[in-house]
Amino acid sequence: MKTNKNRSTIGKLTIISFVFFLSLFLFGVNVKEPKRVLEQAWNICLDCIGIG
Amino acid sequence: MESIRKLIQVIATLLSNGYFLFPQTRNIYQGPMKVLCSPGLNCYSCPASTTYCPIGAIQQLLLGVRFSFETGSYFFSSYVVGSIGLIATLTGRLSCGWLCPFGLIQELLHKLPFGKKREVYQPLRYVKYFMLIAFVFLFPLLLTNDWGMGKPWFCKYVCPAGTLEAGLPMLLLQPDLRATLGYLFYNKLFWMIFFLVWSVSTSRPFCKTTCPLGAFYGFFNKFSLFKLDLIESRCTDCGNCAKVCPMGIQFNKAIGSSECIMCMRCLREGCEFGAIHLTCGNVSLTANRRIAGKKQVTL
Repeated sequence: MKTNKNRSTIGKLTIISFVFFLSLFLFGVNVKEPKRVLEQAWNICLDCIGIG
Repeated sequence: MESIRKLIQVIATLLSNGYFLFPQTRNIYQGPMKVLCSPGLNCYSCPASTTYCPIGAIQQLLLGVRFSFETGSYFFSSYVVGSIGLIATLTGRLSCGWLCPFGLIQELLHKLPFGKKREVYQPLRYVKYFMLIAFVFLFPLLLTNDWGMGKPWFCKYVCPAGTLEAGLPMLLLQPDLRATLGYLFYNKLFWMIFFLVWSVSTSRPFCKTTCPLGAFYGFFNKFSLFKLDLIESRCTDCGNCAKVCPMGIQFNKAIGSSECIMCMRCLREGCEFGAIHLTCGNVSLTANRRIAGKKQVTL
């Protein structure tokens, strides 16, 4: 059976995970990584599709 | 419920591959939407793709991380890992069951009435974790050439979605590329055919054994905001949930399993006792549902 303590621990993990990945995401935005991702995604990656 | 899920899968596939001008331009989409993360495995070199593939993007950023640090850019895939981490924290592996285009293709192939339907050999399920850790993170980062550049190992040597969605269409759109075909392409073509043929006899074999994105999302199934849970007092251990599960798991014996893609077939089609329910945080969203047109079941 799930205890309230278990549920609380799981809830804390969800919040910690959310804050961690949100921080990572915002750090990426801050260093302008989305621009780099965009540049990469605009080009056909021949290696990626098994050509070249 | 299953028809609604199929409809959502089709809509998600069309949205993440919504650039229909590619036969005219003979090139991939190069608009601003490609800054958005595809929640499923969807090659961003696919001519119709409107979003970026997180697995491809992570490898591309890690293989050039030394150059990036030398130039003071600090691109180590934090934006991409942050994006899929947020998706996973909120919904676990739900994207695999509802939004992934390659998952949809495998499901459709599995409906073909050929041969005996089989389950995968259990230890093969661990290969996807090796793919995630080694082929997506470590190899692109550590195995570098003389100039300090790595390779996108998973995309280059394995990804069947890339061959199906990008490699073959690009060869049709740009015939000049055909002159460059070699071992690499035939290797990838082999893996694509292998997984597509395997999908006819086995439900979602690529998701079960090889998909690094599914492996990543799966880590969060136990504590994601939306998740499936069991009301133990209602469970009779009848095993009906296992019979309908496309991932071959018995829910009551594997609550929060990293294999669960939250397609909810166990909840809607399998369990007759209302023991499986969808929760958001600790709040049940489906525990008071009607079961097979019978009585109202309440907690």
